[in-house]
Order: sequence, then structure tokens, then C-alpha cells
Amino acid sequence: METLEQIKSHLEAALPSAKIEIVANECAAGERSLLVDAASGFAVAKFLRDDAQLKLDYCSNVTGVDWPDKELTEKIKVKQVVDGVEKEVEEVKKTIRPGFLEVVYHLYSMALKHGPVVLRMRTENRADKTHLPSLTPLWRGAEFQEREVYDLYGVIFDGHPDLRRILMWDEFVGFPMRRDYIAPDDFEYEPTPHDEVLVEAKKHYPAEPKAEVKP
Amino acid sequence: MIDEGLKSELQKQGVYVTTLEDLYNWGRANSVWPLTFGLACCAIEMMAASMARFDLARFGAEVFRPSPRQADLMIVAGTVTKKMAPLVVRIYNQMPEPKYVIAMGACAISGGPFKQGYNVLKGVDRYIPVDVAIPGCPPRPEALIHAIMTLQEKILAQKLTGPDRPRHLNADVASEFPVPAYGPHDLEPSKNDAVWHPPMIKR
Repeated sequence: METLEQIKSHLEAALPSAKIEIVANECAAGERSLLVDAASGFAVAKFLRDDAQLKLDYCSNVTGVDWPDKELTEKIKVKQVVDGVEKEVEEVKKTIRPGFLEVVYHLYSMALKHGPVVLRMRTENRADKTHLPSLTPLWRGAEFQEREVYDLYGVIFDGHPDLRRILMWDEFVGFPMRRDYIAPDDFEYEPTPHDEVLVEAKKHYPAEPKAEVKP
Repeated sequence: MIDEGLKSELQKQGVYVTTLEDLYNWGRANSVWPLTFGLACCAIEMMAASMARFDLARFGAEVFRPSPRQADLMIVAGTVTKKMAPLVVRIYNQMPEPKYVIAMGACAISGGPFKQGYNVLKGVDRYIPVDVAIPGCPPRPEALIHAIMTLQEKILAQKLTGPDRPRHLNADVASEFPVPAYGPHDLEPSKNDAVWHPPMIKR
């Protein structure tokens, strides 16, 4: 199979408007992925499926990832004039990276027996702009998995034929796999509570009797 | 009541004496018909228990019925998700009296390894009365057989009359239980207070 850099250059030649990045992976496997902007996501995916060199005809997996707001700290050297002498001073700069939702597709080729190519798309934010193009028209197998990502993370897939909840019931409100989801409080009976469960269970313990104050 | 010594002496002479209560309970205890109803991996052990190697038929409980209308026993075999819980209660309501429930495995008892999840019911006893609970993840077929034998002992000990008589002989006690509704985050109500009270733990 072509390397990710080659795939990227082919894509950029075929689709000049697409914004494509290669996302590094620091873990041991080091599997890198292609990050595509939402607007050209469908065209990129169609290219990957139909290109004669790639023929990625099989979408094995669709994953949702929730990235909450993250505080990034970086040290920068700033020149400051202290007591008339110019000095380089290290300063810690804090920036907040706004959160987003990410969808990861693992693509393989059954025809050419290669893969995977990992394709990522990100939403603009986690609140109101959570639209991404659906790739179900390209890979029918993505249908239920995109429904699951919608159900648990709240990514709205434009172009999906039947976007409904799949695991939770229809009346359910919210997206339970998001990092800030608060689960219902049913910790009335915890025989062996510990850690976070202990904190939750303690709210249900009877109030301790107040010590009698002798006059 | 007949004297036990006399009863045994009569049996030696080929005369069998019993009470109506014993006969009635003996008949019921030896033909428990479970519902063909599995929710997760415990159901595989339930199937194994009913097959040739473990042979649940030795205890008269091999006739698994696919309809709740023909079943006496509901084996809640597996994880009860909150999405599935109203359906479990509804199937239980559709069973005719007398009916019994075995909660099979850690999930059916308490939620098991999924207890702290947002989508798993923390024990089926929050909505329906459980007669026998089997711990294990999953319990072996022998454990299920033991549960059926425990249930048989329970049936044999039931009285036909008096204030302790079982639910199906007492017209004042309802045999159906309210089906919970799907709420925005949890089932509503999240437990049936008439059936389940959180056990008090001394700390």
C-alpha cells in the first residue's frame, strides 16, 4: 500500500479544496491517521474507496471520541527589561483548546488485501455545531455504527438514511459517553463502595445522629 | 395430620397416605416449566443445563416454553439493561400464577460488573420479586440446578391456607407489577418501592 504521505499528496492533487493533515500517534503502534475537514470529508472518502491504487472497499469500524476543552501550557521565552538590563525570561502561556467531537473510520481493502487507512473528522464544537457528513452512502456497514456514535456522543451525520438512537431508548436525553455526562443517581445500595462510588453512595447514607450536648 | 411413623408403616403395607397440600405441591414442584428467555451470557449456561450433559429434565424443569402464558418460572439469565427492564416486567406480568423468578448471575442480582454503568438495571429485584438468586459470573449449570432444587423446596413448603399462603391463593394480592416507563435519563420510577427496599448496612 502507498504510504500515508503518498495518499495525502494524491488526495490534494485530486481535491484541491480539501484540508488534509496527518495526525501523529505517540503510542507504541504509532498508527498515523488522516484528518480531513468536514466539508470535504465525503469527497475524500469517496476517493479513497474508488481510487484504483487504494480500493478501500471495507469500513471495518467507526469510533466516536469526545475531546473536552483542554488547557494547554507552553513555555515561551520573552525578552524583558529588568533593572535596565535586557534578559530572557521564561513565561508560561496558557491557552484553552476548545473541545470537539471526533469520528474515526478504519478502512481496509478486501480487493487488494491491505489496510487500514485511518480517517478522522472533527466537529466544530461540542454544543451546537456537531454536524459531520455521513459515510453510510459509501460503506453500508457504517450505518449502525454511525447511529451508535450519534446515540452516545451526539454527532449528527448529514446524509445518513436513518439517524435514530440505537442503544438507548428514544425518550433518552443527552449523550452518555461524553466526558461530562452525569449518570442518574441510583447508588442507594452499594455493598462495597470505593473511590467515586463511595462519594456517590455517601449521599444516601442516613445522617449521623448529632452528639447530645450536655448543659 | 397423620403421624409420620404410621405413614411409613402404612407405606410398607402398600398403602400410601398423604395430604392434599403435599400432593398439590409435589405435583407443582416436579413440573416447573421455565420460560425460554435469555438476556446475556448466563443464557448459554442455562441452555447447557437443559442439554444432555447436565439434564435439567431430571428435576422436571426441561419443558422450556416460548410463551409466558405457558410458563411457571422466569429465569432472568443475564444483564438487564434499562432498555430491556420494562419488557422483562411486562413478560413477568403476562405469566399466569403461580409464577416464580430465579435471578441468575451477578448481573441479574445486582448489575454485576456493569453496576456502575448508566444503562444497566442494578438488579431485577428492583421491579419484580425474586425467589432464588444464584451468584456467579456466569453460574455453572450445577448452580442453576441447585437453584431449581431450592425453588422446589420452597414450593413444597408452601401452605394452601392461612395468612402465609402464596400469592396465587390470595385474591387480595396483586399478581401484576407496574411496568416502568422510559424517562429522560433513567427508568421512571427507578425502582418499585413496594418490592424493593435498599438493605440497611451497618457501617
